[in-house]
Amino acid sequence: MTVDSATDQGRRVFIEEAEELLAQLEESLMELEDAPDDQEIIGGIFRALHTIKGSGAMFGFEAISSFTHGVENVFDKVRAGEIPVSRDLIDTALKAKDLIKEMLDSDDGAGCDQAVMAGLKEKIDGFLQDGAAAPAAPPLAAPADTANGGQPLCSWRIRFRPPANIFATGMDPTMLLDDLKELGECDIVGMTEEIPRLSEIDPEALYIWWDILLTTDKGRNAIEDVFIFVADDADLNIELIQCHDDDADDGENGRDHVKKLGEILVERGDISADKLDEALSEQSKLGEILVNKGLISPHRLQSALKEQEHIKKVAQAVQQKAAAREKTASIRVASNKLDHLVNLVGELVTVQARLSQLAAGAGTDNQLIFLAEEVERLSAELRDNTMSIRMLPIGATFSKFRRLVRDLSDTLGKEIALSISGSETELDKTVIEKLKDPLVHLIRNSADHGIEPPEVRRQAGKPPEGSILLAAEHSGAHVLIRVSDDGAGLDPEKIKAKAVEKGLIDPEADLSDAEIYNLVFAPGFSTAKTVSNVSGRGVGMDVVKNNIDELRGEIEVESEPGRGTTVTLKIPLTLAIIEGLLARIGSERYVLPLSAVEECVELRAEDSSVSERRNLVNIRGELIPYVSLRERFGISGQAPAIEQIVVTNVLGTRIGFVVDEVIGQHQTVIKNLGRLYQNVREISGATILGDGSVALILDVAQMVHAAEESELASVR
Amino acid sequence: MEERRLNITPGGGEAGEAPAQFLTFRLGGEVFAVEIERVREVIDPAPVTRVPGAHPLMTGVFNLRGTVMPVAEIRPEFGLDPGGETADTCFIIMDIGSDSGETATVGIIADQVLEVVDLAPETIDPAPKVGARVRPELVKGIGKRRERFFMILDIDAMFKGVGEGR
Repeated sequence: MTVDSATDQGRRVFIEEAEELLAQLEESLMELEDAPDDQEIIGGIFRALHTIKGSGAMFGFEAISSFTHGVENVFDKVRAGEIPVSRDLIDTALKAKDLIKEMLDSDDGAGCDQAVMAGLKEKIDGFLQDGAAAPAAPPLAAPADTANGGQPLCSWRIRFRPPANIFATGMDPTMLLDDLKELGECDIVGMTEEIPRLSEIDPEALYIWWDILLTTDKGRNAIEDVFIFVADDADLNIELIQCHDDDADDGENGRDHVKKLGEILVERGDISADKLDEALSEQSKLGEILVNKGLISPHRLQSALKEQEHIKKVAQAVQQKAAAREKTASIRVASNKLDHLVNLVGELVTVQARLSQLAAGAGTDNQLIFLAEEVERLSAELRDNTMSIRMLPIGATFSKFRRLVRDLSDTLGKEIALSISGSETELDKTVIEKLKDPLVHLIRNSADHGIEPPEVRRQAGKPPEGSILLAAEHSGAHVLIRVSDDGAGLDPEKIKAKAVEKGLIDPEADLSDAEIYNLVFAPGFSTAKTVSNVSGRGVGMDVVKNNIDELRGEIEVESEPGRGTTVTLKIPLTLAIIEGLLARIGSERYVLPLSAVEECVELRAEDSSVSERRNLVNIRGELIPYVSLRERFGISGQAPAIEQIVVTNVLGTRIGFVVDEVIGQHQTVIKNLGRLYQNVREISGATILGDGSVALILDVAQMVHAAEESELASVR
Repeated sequence: MEERRLNITPGGGEAGEAPAQFLTFRLGGEVFAVEIERVREVIDPAPVTRVPGAHPLMTGVFNLRGTVMPVAEIRPEFGLDPGGETADTCFIIMDIGSDSGETATVGIIADQVLEVVDLAPETIDPAPKVGARVRPELVKGIGKRRERFFMILDIDAMFKGVGEGR
C-alpha cells in the first residue's frame, strides 16, 4: 500500500467516523436540552468534539479541526460549570454541528458558508468571554465533590484510628470496615505496632488501627458517611490516590502508571524524600532496607506494599474492563459485505430446500435424510443469525426527528414536543433506510396540518404545547410504527370535497371514513390551503405510500376531529427472507406470506354453491369472501372436487384465496421481479423453489385491495 | 454499468469509420440484429414461470443461476406467430436502458442465434418509412450480410413503457 492510499483510507475512515460522531452529537445536544445538568451527556458531547478535532487534524481536515476546537473549548467550560447550558448554547452548537457536517460533505473538507461560519465563530467567542467573565468558576473539583451520579472510579487511602475507648461507646470498628467493603474493592491492613505487652493490655481498649485502600465510584461523601458516628473522636484521614478514567485514551492519567513504593511512602509522609534517596542509593530491596535501617516499622511497609498491590490490581481490572468492552462493542463492516452474505445465505437456503426435497424422495436412505435434516437446521440457524446482524434498533432514526421537530416548531411558530417510545425495536437495515423519508413526511404533516397554533389550542381547551408521538413495537413478523399527534384531526368532508375536485373520486361515491382518509395518499392530493415550505405540495403523502408499498407494508389512518390523527405503518421485519406457504393451482405454484395466513380450510363444491355465486364461504358461522386464484390469474385446467381456501388477515380484513392444494411451509428467499413487471401489483416478488423452478409470491394486501375494488365495481 | 450506446446514423457514416459488431438471430423466417454490447449471454431455454397480469410482451420469469430473470416473447411485435420450442431455440440475455436511466436485464426468446457480424456504419441503411410491417421506431437501421437484409432493433424502444402504469 502506498502512503497516499493509506492516507486516503484514513480520510475515509475519518469521514465515516465523524459522521457517526456528529449524529451522536446532535442526539446528545437534544438530550442535554431536556437534562441540562447531566454531566455524562456534557462529557459525551465534549469527547465527540474532541475526537473530531483530533482525528480531523490528523487526516488533514484543518478547517474542521480548527473550527471544532472553538466549540470544544465552549463545552470544556460547560463541563467545568463556567458556562451554563442555555437554549442559545444548544442552538449554536446544533448550527456548528451542521456546519461541520457541511465541511465534511464538501470535496475538500473545508467548503462551507463563510458568513455562517464567521457568525458562529463570533457567537462561540462570545460564549467563551462570558464564561471567563462569569463569577470565579469553582476550582477543578476533586471528583468526590462533583454532583451526584456519574462519579469516576477512584482509589482512596484511608487511615482510620479510632479512639482507644471506642468500645465504651458501643461501636464496633469492624462493622465500619465491613461497610467500607461494600463500597468497592477494599484492602485493609491492620496496624498492630502499638499493641502493648500482654501484661499491660487494657482488655476494654483498642490498640489497633487500620490503613484501608478503597477503590470505589461512590465518591468521598459515601466514605465519610461510613465514619459519620466516630468521625469526631477518631483520627480519620481520607486521601485521594488517583482516579481510573477508563474512557481517557491519553494514558497520561496513570492507567499505565503504578506508583513506586518509595513514592507512596513519601506521599504518606512516612519517610522524607531525602531519606528515601539515601536508602535507594544502596540498591537493595527498598522495603527491606528501610525496615533494617529502622526508618519505618515493618507494619507501615506492609501497608504501603498493600497499597501498591491494590492499585496494580485495580488498574488491571480497569484495563481488563476496557479490553472486554472493546471486544464486545462492535466491529465495522462494509454494508455491501453484509448484503453479499445475505445473498449467499439466500442461495444456501435454496439449495437446502432442494436437498430436503431430494432426501424426502429418496425413501429409505436414512443417512441422507439425517444429513438433510442437519443441513436444514444449520441453514435455518445461519439464516436467523445473518438476518439478526442486519437488524438495527430504530432508535437512532427516531432520535434524528427530535431535531426535525425542534426546527419545525421554530419555523411554524408552534410548540411541539416529540415523545418517542420503542426505540429498541429492531428492524432490517434496508427497511430502516426506506422508512426515513415516509416518517419525515408524516411528522411534517402532523406538525404543519395536525397541530394547531398555541392560541387555537388554548381556545379548544387543549394544552398550548402540541405533542407528536413516535412509537415502534413488534407484532408478529411485522413492526408497527405509529405517528400520532393530538392536533385537529382529519376532516372527512374536506378530504372528500378535495378528492372530488381533483377528480380522484366520483361525487356520488359512498366511502367509509377509513377509505376517505386513505385518499390523502393519492398522488397530487393536498388539503393545505396554502403551500408552506414545510408541506403542502401534495407530494409527501404520495412518497409515504410508495415507500411503504415497496416495503410490502400497510398504512392505516385513524383520526378523530379535534382529538388528533394516528398513522400506523405495518412493516415486515425483513425484506430478504420470509416464511411462506406454498400452494399449487393447476401446474402453477404460488407463495403466500405465512404472516398473513390465518388458517387453511377445505372448500367443497356444495359449500360454495350455498352463497350463490357471491364468493362467500361460511367458516364457523362467519361469512368470509374469497378469491379464486384460478379465475383471477387465468390458470388453465379443471379445479379438483375439493379445493383449499387459504384464509388471510390483513389489518383485520379476512379474505380467502382458493387453491388446488396447499403444499406446505416454504423458506422463501425473496427476489425482485424488476422494472419490467412493476405494473403487476398482485405479485410482490418471486422465489426459487427446491427443484430450481420459480414461484411467484402473492402480495396479499394488494390482492385484498383489488378484490375490494372489484367488489365495489360489481355492486355499482 | 457504463452505458455504451452505439450512435448509428444510417447511411451518414464516414467511410473508414470503425465497424460495429452485431449479433444476428432468427425469429420465424426473418433475421434481426442487436448491438453486441447489449448482449450478456445466450443460453438454452429454461422452464418459464408465467407472471399473470404482465405486459403482453412479458411471458414470465426463469431461474438464471439463482437470479430471477424476466423473459420476453417479441415475435408478435413483428407479426410472427410464436412457434414451438425447437432444438435451436435459445434465450438471448440482454441489457436494456430507458429514458429515466433505469436499466433492466431481460431474456428474449429467439428461434436461432446466427452469428456476430461486423458492419461499417456506412453500410447501414435507414429504416424504410413505409412498407415494413414493423413499427418504425423499433428499427434502428437495415443491415446487409451475404445478400440478405436484416433489421437492427432498437431494443430500448421495444421495452419502453413496459412495466409502467398500474
